[in-house]
Amino acid sequence: MNEFIEAQVALGWEQNLRSSYDVVIVGGGGHGMSTAYHLATRHGITDVAVLERGYIGSGNSGRNTTIIRANYGIPEAVRFYQRSVDLYSRLEEETGRWIMHDRKGLLWLVHGTPGTRNERARSIVNQAFGADTVYVTPEEVGEICPEVDMNAGGGEYRVTGGSYSPHAATARHDRVVWALAEGAMKRGVHVHQRTAVTGLLKDGDRVTGVMTDRGPVTAGVTVSAVGGHVSTLAAMAGVRLPIRTHPLQAFVTNHYARTFRPIVASAEMGFYVSQTPRGEMLLGAGIDSQPSYSYRSSYEFLSHCSLPAVTLLPFLRDLTVLRQWTGVCDMSVDMSPIMGYTGVDGFLVTTGWGTWGFKGIPAGGEQMAELIATDRTPELIAPFSLNRFKEDRLMFDPGSTGTTH
Amino acid sequence: MVLRLACPHCGPRPVEEWTYGEVPDPPDHLTEADERDVDRGFMMGNTEGVKVERWFHAGGCRRWQTITRDTTLD
Repeated sequence: MNEFIEAQVALGWEQNLRSSYDVVIVGGGGHGMSTAYHLATRHGITDVAVLERGYIGSGNSGRNTTIIRANYGIPEAVRFYQRSVDLYSRLEEETGRWIMHDRKGLLWLVHGTPGTRNERARSIVNQAFGADTVYVTPEEVGEICPEVDMNAGGGEYRVTGGSYSPHAATARHDRVVWALAEGAMKRGVHVHQRTAVTGLLKDGDRVTGVMTDRGPVTAGVTVSAVGGHVSTLAAMAGVRLPIRTHPLQAFVTNHYARTFRPIVASAEMGFYVSQTPRGEMLLGAGIDSQPSYSYRSSYEFLSHCSLPAVTLLPFLRDLTVLRQWTGVCDMSVDMSPIMGYTGVDGFLVTTGWGTWGFKGIPAGGEQMAELIATDRTPELIAPFSLNRFKEDRLMFDPGSTGTTH
Repeated sequence: MVLRLACPHCGPRPVEEWTYGEVPDPPDHLTEADERDVDRGFMMGNTEGVKVERWFHAGGCRRWQTITRDTTLD
């Protein structure tokens, strides 16, 4: 796809890989770039290098389904993601770049009493902690999205209500990465593509930089913003993570000629759908059950995901599948992100972004930048430290990931 | 095609029939009991490459099997 990148975004590539930086960020995806961007813009820290093995945004940042929402089930997560929702809505103004941010609203359908109870509870928690989710009746579901077959084809998944989050939005994933990259680069941050990190430099237990296929680079702080391959990097630092890597697939159909406004999801039936700005219907579902680093897509996924989708939204039957793809996701044990210190000096992580990383890009980067600049964990992300597993305070919130796990 | 796992009883069967069983692999250098427990409970090697795993053939012979798999390919 050619969106005339160079004409639209002034990315100033730096050719010279210096031998030393204050901060080295491994991984040029959304979270890596956002951390660099916020270091430069909020804290004036520009002696920063972002090292990317492929091209920027080529990992999970380029493979997700671009949904931005804060309708989580636990207070800590609602507050964090609402911060991200707010930052996203200001990102175009702040960067001067059009990221195609579109506030669509998200309809989360339920099919029976347990789901109803869940979504009522979610609405209350959301409202208490700053997100505008409300519980909706079947009639209101019909008003928000007339395309939904409330009888679900006459089967057992009759729609009994749902929750609605007006704040939910989508944005163009590439443009988010590019806008952040441009903002960081024009303030002096180096972004090095095609630069693979092959090892870590250590002084005793302390991480003092990275070894790359272009030579060693020392760093005051090394940050892993790696996606599915994070365990391999962390192991080099002697850090073990509560992360298992699973593939996640998604697909788009051909162009649907009418406007489909909201994002619609059913966690019980296991799919979610939205319309891209080009008119394609974008569908996703749960992760593949096997832990794996394979980018292989499967027919089984297409059928598992399509069946509930065409049951609830019958118009999808007339569309055909255009493209299907796979990313490998760093799934944390409690389905919440892990940000901050690792117990190894000089080595920080922002990981555990699993299938929910895109929505966290602005706030994740902002908070990581503050942590790096002040050497103190900001209050907003303190609950998401790696230490929580040792301290037995998990942020267990699988019902809010929008997919089945 | 979806991943197929070779069952000694049933032959190659699609992964949908199987349930993955995490095998805790706390490293030897963790000697303190609490640290080992935390590692056993939550941490994972998450091997990128060839790995010996335990899988339960829930939709077939209903036996636990030891299966070697390359996680970069499957």
